[in-house]
Amino acid sequence: MTPKHTLVALVEDRPGVLNRVASLFRRRGFNIHSLAVGPTEVDGISRMTIVVDGATTQVEQVEKQLYKLIDVVKVSDLTHDRMVARELMLVKVRCNNLNRAEVVQICELFRADIVDVGESTLVIQAVGDEEKLEALLALLKPYGVREVARTGRVAMARGLTSTSVEAEPPDIHLHHMRVGRRPERRLPYVSD
Amino acid sequence: MTAKRMNGAQILLECLAREGVEVIYGYPGGVVLPLYHRFPEYPQLKHVLVRHEQGAAHAADGYARASGRLGVCLATSGPGATNLVTGIATAWMDSVPLLAVTGNVARNLLGKDGFQEADITGITMPITKHNYLVMDVDDLAYTVREAIYIATTGRRGPVLVDIPKDVFIDETSFQWPEEVSVRGYKPTYHGHVGQMRKAAKLIDEARRPLILAGHGVIASGGHDALRDFAEKAGIPVLTTFLGIGSFPADHVLSYGWMGMHGAYHANQAANHADLIIAIGMRFDDRAMGRYSDFNPGCKIVHIDIDPAEIGKNLPVTVPIVGDVKVVLAGLIEEAKPNSHVEWLHWIDKVRTEHPSFTVPETAGLSVQYAVRQIWEVTQGEAVVVTGVGQHQMWVGQHYPFHRPRALISSGGLGTMGYEVPAAIGAAMARPGEVVWSVCGDGGFQMTVQELATAVDQDVNVKFAVMNNGYLGMVRQWQELFYQHNYVSVDTARELCQPDFVKLAEAYGIPARRATAQAEARKAIEWAQATPGPVLVEFVVEPEDNVWPMVPAGASLAETMEEPRPQEVRA
Ligand SMILES: Cc1ncc(C[n+]2csc(CCOP(=O)(O)OP(=O)(O)O)c2C)c(N)n1
Ligand SMILES: [Mg+2]
Repeated sequence: MTPKHTLVALVEDRPGVLNRVASLFRRRGFNIHSLAVGPTEVDGISRMTIVVDGATTQVEQVEKQLYKLIDVVKVSDLTHDRMVARELMLVKVRCNNLNRAEVVQICELFRADIVDVGESTLVIQAVGDEEKLEALLALLKPYGVREVARTGRVAMARGLTSTSVEAEPPDIHLHHMRVGRRPERRLPYVSD
Repeated sequence: MTAKRMNGAQILLECLAREGVEVIYGYPGGVVLPLYHRFPEYPQLKHVLVRHEQGAAHAADGYARASGRLGVCLATSGPGATNLVTGIATAWMDSVPLLAVTGNVARNLLGKDGFQEADITGITMPITKHNYLVMDVDDLAYTVREAIYIATTGRRGPVLVDIPKDVFIDETSFQWPEEVSVRGYKPTYHGHVGQMRKAAKLIDEARRPLILAGHGVIASGGHDALRDFAEKAGIPVLTTFLGIGSFPADHVLSYGWMGMHGAYHANQAANHADLIIAIGMRFDDRAMGRYSDFNPGCKIVHIDIDPAEIGKNLPVTVPIVGDVKVVLAGLIEEAKPNSHVEWLHWIDKVRTEHPSFTVPETAGLSVQYAVRQIWEVTQGEAVVVTGVGQHQMWVGQHYPFHRPRALISSGGLGTMGYEVPAAIGAAMARPGEVVWSVCGDGGFQMTVQELATAVDQDVNVKFAVMNNGYLGMVRQWQELFYQHNYVSVDTARELCQPDFVKLAEAYGIPARRATAQAEARKAIEWAQATPGPVLVEFVVEPEDNVWPMVPAGASLAETMEEPRPQEVRA
């Protein structure tokens, strides 16, 4: 098995950027294991956490290719840093009056929350690294897992190291804020 | 001062004019009509009507390569935009600064599959350096400026700007953005000093150093610096195919070009060097042969402006990211004077024992002979544009170039049909010079309609159609690697071939046919002396092969030389 790498890319929050990144991975033959996108501490910048399979030299090539995308501002490979990596999972599991207490107990062991209680189902929310989530899933399986939704990994280096961006010159920033990057109208041709 | 009110069409043209654009190759259609309506207001922008949008992109590309400046092409939405794609990809593979402007359907129709809608930003994403869909007229000026900035800086390349019809019509107060800054795009021009020292040390220690110069030397204007560096350090120079002209062919340190159809001694030298200084090139497979056994143990210094090229195809000992011209200026300082007499003698000996680029001894007409005659008649001073195939390789082999931007050819994508429109663009970029467009009989027919554009613009292009009656390069592969099984390559005897002389004359272009050596020379002299577009058809040896050859997937060590006559008979 090839090792998994955790890349963080800070990108302009612009239409089409997810498409550009995904297309690059496809074209260069890299397998995306998971990809999570969300806003950051800086207005107009989104953060992508990308988990990829590949040898280190190949991943270096991916990093450089990512950098070549104009909308990508910063890329870090956190794999060899000390990092915090977490994922959120929702699981809908079957249960009845006889075994509900057992399921609740399992959740407590995993510090997972029960976020919906139905007549014959529970929705469980769990946060953790992949191993923990896999272990929880394995224990829930016998009860009947109806549905699983996972966010994919988000990650951050521990300590002072941080992946952040330089500010733009004020007038350029104004311009970017006013136009293009956050259009009011819905845009076609974007997968994000 | 109150800013002037303008609509999107005017803003686009105003920006292009302010950026110093002089020529736009384009083709109109529904959604760009509001733009065409405004062209007369900008007489400083010359719109050249091509006859197919592929021609617009190639002409803009030829213009850019010949001048070193931005080339601009324009097309309508849908089929107009998709017709540009081959030309954009051609520019992308060879890092040519190109601005492609397309119209699109009005904003409220985008995404609804309306008449002539195509997602051209989606389509061109992997073949542009960047692209834009402009959704607000207020963005237009900045976008055009940013697009041109990106296309013409760093590692150059094509950028596309897609503009919906109603954005051309919307009005706003025009503001010229003084400053462009893109935080995700900061090209590195100056090489790292520490890396340069490391490189200089390797260069100093090397016993068999070799320079491999690529297209980047030409793009950065680093040809003089390259010559100074090679002379000071006494290092022999090879080029890639696109690097031809980056180093004068008549220089004592020039050893020609390497690769699939490069010189035998060049390929051997590349395989025997103990240090390769690769400058503005990307280790393309056509140049390097099979990567896995390319000169094992050879150290590599790689100078390139694009960090992603470092280590992409071959592991590099000392990378230097930066502009070739700037980095070379530094390296010249660092390098110690040297001469590698033994090494030069070694290569000289291989060159004498294995002559590479020979003209076949036939009474008939060969492309090699015709190209040499063109070289003689033009005194080596022509700008030569080629198509793709055997004739392209023979131009590289038999027309020695002594200056940059004189050979213009689609190396990376290998686009047949490039030769006709690119020659028009090149001629418009270099008025007062003679452009020879060496065409394949196959490729010529792919963009032949642009002869009309050549007539319109009265460009000084001499079309030399090398008619071997075959898709020659494909035929060569079928002969050598597919047991002589010719399938769909005989375009003269089995299939219809037009009369090229009559075809040219139908466009009003004077034309002649040459079938023998003496005739060829006369026809070339006639073409060179006749102003404006002219055409000469050379009826050449149909089944000649390009030698030497590194078979696809083989290593440079396996370079095949031209078989001797007895070997052919066996
Ligand atoms: C657009 C395009 N289609 C197909 C090819 C594949 N191809 C490479 S060389 C060649 C033959 C070119 O024939 P011609 O233009 O007559 O030149 P010749 O090799 O005979 O000199 C072909 C078909 C190509 N390079 N470009
Ligand atoms: Mg041919």
